[in-house]
Amino acid sequence: MAAATDILMPSGRALRQSLDKDELIKRGLLVVISLYLVLSLAAPLYVMLSKSFSTYSFDLAAFEFQVSDKLGNFGEPATAAALNEKLAAVPPEKLATSSDGRLPATSFFPDFSFRSPVKYKIRGTTDDASFLIGTQLHHGTEWQEVDSNTFRRIMLRPARALGLENYTTYFSTPTLFRSIQNSFLIALISTIFTVGIAFGFAYALNRSKMRFKGLFRLVAMAPILVPSLLPGIALIYLFGNQGMLKSLLGGISIYGPLGIVIGSIFFTFPHALIIISTALAISDQRQYEAAASLRASKWRTFWVVTIPGARYGLISAAFVVFTLVITDFGLPKVIGGQFNVLAVDIYKQVIGQQNFEMGAVVSVILLIPAIAAFFVDRLVQRKQVSLLSARSVPYEPKPNRRFDLVCLAYCSLVALFIAGIIGICQYAALVKFWPYDLSLSLKNFAFGRMDGGGWASYYNSITLSLLTAVLGTVIVFVGAYMVEKTEGFRTGRTAFHFLAMLPMAVPGLVLGLAYIFFFNNPANPLHAIYGTMAILVVCTVTHFYTVGHLTALTALKQIDREFEPVAASLKQPFYRLFTRVTVPICLPAILDISIYLFVNAMTTVSAVVFIYTTHTALASVAVLNMDDAGDTAPAAAMGMMIFYTNAFARILHVAVSKGILKRTQAWRAR
Amino acid sequence: MTAAGNTAYLQIEHLWKAFGEFHALKDISLDIKEGEFICFLGPSGCGKTTLLRAVAGLDLQTRGVVRQGGRDISTLPPSKRDYGIVFQSYALFPNLTIERNIAFGLENTKRPRVEIDARVKELLALVGLPDQAKKYPAQLSGGQQQRIALARAIATSPGLLLLDEPLSALDAKVRVHLRHEIKGLQRKLGVTTIMVTHDQEEALSLADRIVVMNHGVIEQVGSPTEIYRHPRTLFVADFIGETNKFDATVAAASVSFGAKAFRCAPHSFANGDAVVAAIRPEDIIPHGPGSRSPGAPDVVKSPENLIDVTVGEMEFLGSFWRTRLRGGELGDEELIADFSVNATRRLGLAEGGALTVELPADRLLVFPQGERHGGGH
Repeated sequence: MAAATDILMPSGRALRQSLDKDELIKRGLLVVISLYLVLSLAAPLYVMLSKSFSTYSFDLAAFEFQVSDKLGNFGEPATAAALNEKLAAVPPEKLATSSDGRLPATSFFPDFSFRSPVKYKIRGTTDDASFLIGTQLHHGTEWQEVDSNTFRRIMLRPARALGLENYTTYFSTPTLFRSIQNSFLIALISTIFTVGIAFGFAYALNRSKMRFKGLFRLVAMAPILVPSLLPGIALIYLFGNQGMLKSLLGGISIYGPLGIVIGSIFFTFPHALIIISTALAISDQRQYEAAASLRASKWRTFWVVTIPGARYGLISAAFVVFTLVITDFGLPKVIGGQFNVLAVDIYKQVIGQQNFEMGAVVSVILLIPAIAAFFVDRLVQRKQVSLLSARSVPYEPKPNRRFDLVCLAYCSLVALFIAGIIGICQYAALVKFWPYDLSLSLKNFAFGRMDGGGWASYYNSITLSLLTAVLGTVIVFVGAYMVEKTEGFRTGRTAFHFLAMLPMAVPGLVLGLAYIFFFNNPANPLHAIYGTMAILVVCTVTHFYTVGHLTALTALKQIDREFEPVAASLKQPFYRLFTRVTVPICLPAILDISIYLFVNAMTTVSAVVFIYTTHTALASVAVLNMDDAGDTAPAAAMGMMIFYTNAFARILHVAVSKGILKRTQAWRAR
Repeated sequence: MTAAGNTAYLQIEHLWKAFGEFHALKDISLDIKEGEFICFLGPSGCGKTTLLRAVAGLDLQTRGVVRQGGRDISTLPPSKRDYGIVFQSYALFPNLTIERNIAFGLENTKRPRVEIDARVKELLALVGLPDQAKKYPAQLSGGQQQRIALARAIATSPGLLLLDEPLSALDAKVRVHLRHEIKGLQRKLGVTTIMVTHDQEEALSLADRIVVMNHGVIEQVGSPTEIYRHPRTLFVADFIGETNKFDATVAAASVSFGAKAFRCAPHSFANGDAVVAAIRPEDIIPHGPGSRSPGAPDVVKSPENLIDVTVGEMEFLGSFWRTRLRGGELGDEELIADFSVNATRRLGLAEGGALTVELPADRLLVFPQGERHGGGH
């Protein structure tokens, strides 16, 4: 027997399992969903990246002309470069242009007249040189002969080169460069405030015996239900040029950093609260008992036990808030005034100046902090998991009248701030003409008379949200299932998991801009979906993919790994196990994913602002556009419509969840 | 042995499993007869589960052939093989009732509903849980859940039943009880069964044949009594049951340790080889003082293997006394012996007393020294 150890394994290839239909279907599905993420995420981002390195300029040496006399006898050919040298018609700095640049060929012929009988010939000196005759694009070194009337319609097209020029331009433009500083400053200040306030709130919720905890939790989550620019509108009503509390600010303008910070605290608060509250909730009672038995003071216990226990939560929350603020676009657009930030720069470069290359450059710069924050967060999350052992005893607060009262007062204050912001919007939406006629009316809800798409935009939003919720949930859950519950094909699954994690690090505005570059290219066979509801759904699903993916993974990981082998040994196809066992067990998580997608599809502005069209206008974008056009009250009204819808969806979700769970989760009860 | 036929139903030939440089299975070959109950027994990491999963097609072997009923199934996916499987975790579908769990493999096969229902009833009766059909798994005890898992695995009448440590998650009493039921069920159905376990008692009581594994190789294959009485390697002797081990040197028919040469079981070592001598505690026979004198009763089988010792600590373990023996010809060695309560009383054994014991020659086994299958590292 011992001799067996001396035998060497016969050389040759390792055996491979023959694939059954099941495995083929699974791999097929994984490929399809991977392809979806490649086309909706990786490819657009790649195109955008290459765009940011693309510069365009007219290469005059690449074009050659011949001119005839009045009888049609052509003279010697001359390149545009040679002509320009003689005439100095186009100064060198005018040669740099954008991808859409056009240079009239007539520039090089000062005595050109479109009535003259003179004829012209043009050709490229290289195969890449291109020029337009009318709308017809020509390439190459073939001579094209035209009469003078046609010649005036000849436009030279720029040549594309790869380089860092866009970046050099960016960093040497002080107004653009200052945005980096502004963005970081705003994000940093907002992060400090939000995390601080949220920590206090979470501490009160977890460590006191105060009353109304349920109500406070409810109010604290409200900001998730509205677009991030809504607090901006509320702040304008309170402290804006005609605001009722303007005097309180003592001359400091709300338009600018102050407004952005306050608004940011509002819309990032629930995100920070969820993370910190989770971190505080998992702390171990025994550590506090140990501290008490060592006679540590409360103050010391707080710094030695509480803060270290919650440190991963705090770090994680800080990075999430920082990323949210620095990538947010709606709020600074509404209340930023002259204070430039990166996200608004992208919008201005693209929508205002049609400078797509520069928009791409700013996008890439905005990607850097977002990706950095993403990786730090993943690192911290991984450590957090191991913090809680199975034997930990959950902390149970004891009543303490004074402490509970302080907590109640603090939470009331924060809740008042949140409810106040939404209340102001509600009020503004209902009064006739702020601040002169405060009588109530519904005229601000007559969106048909404003810019922004009217009620149609609201219905579009509903359509988008429903489609996103349904299709997104299917894609996300099936994708997560393939990652978690297939054997083999490891490389494919790892690559897919990476793709699924990526959207978290990509700001919506960046994704939207990447979509323009990718889908608005006529050469792309997917060009057909540009300008349709389909591209909005694809964009939104992709933008919010990661959270759904993680939720699904968490749920799937809790399912016994042996279900698949058992089903296979019983000769049952995987989809039967999937529909009869996996999906029913994961139903709570599936419902969570769908409501998450719905609510975010209702409120998102940044991801869709570049790719909506007049007939696919959305409610959240309408808020932005109506505010931009000065129709602030209707903007507030539309914002409130989003709030009602999301609140309704949330209530419906709770009711449906309870109903379905009661019916399908009977097995959970013992 | 008992219910086994003569043809090899499952043939495993030269199976290897490599994880990078590490070889979890090394050239495993094994024939299993139809209707046999086989246990893969070994410490954790010995490769027993890897071997089972290779047979099931869940973790494909790197090299080697597996044949079931004459059919080469080496690279077939699990769904194309013919077996039922029960895991330690039961793996019952929590959201389906007991009857739907059992029926899971029967549905979707064009069987009429009535037939399925009848089969489920039959299976529930077979595992002794006829009135639990409508309950959910979480409402049953661990032992009941494992019986349902068993019923589900045999529902489609597979040719092979694989049990992956099915009893490990249960508490001791339930485990012994379920052990009997599994054995009874297997006898009744006559289904070829492979069970993986690290519990020797389980293997000894259930198996027709035990496959003892260590470090990716098979140490010995044999019936429980063979394995126990005639361990082929020191590992087997040591892993199954208790054994005394002594570093020793051999001569033609004897082995020396302590201060004495003992006659031993036949072996193939050369004179003077360094070996390990081993004897089980319960094989040591106590005799009253004076048994060595001429004319002693002829119950002594190996008179030359009698030694006088001093009784050391005695530990009462219910049916026997575990006794440490020292001194005399044992030299510095210590011998552990299990004496029945009867013998202890009859001989008036007490700590510190004198005693003559016999190490029967046929029970004194000799193994090569330093025999540790370290091929894996």
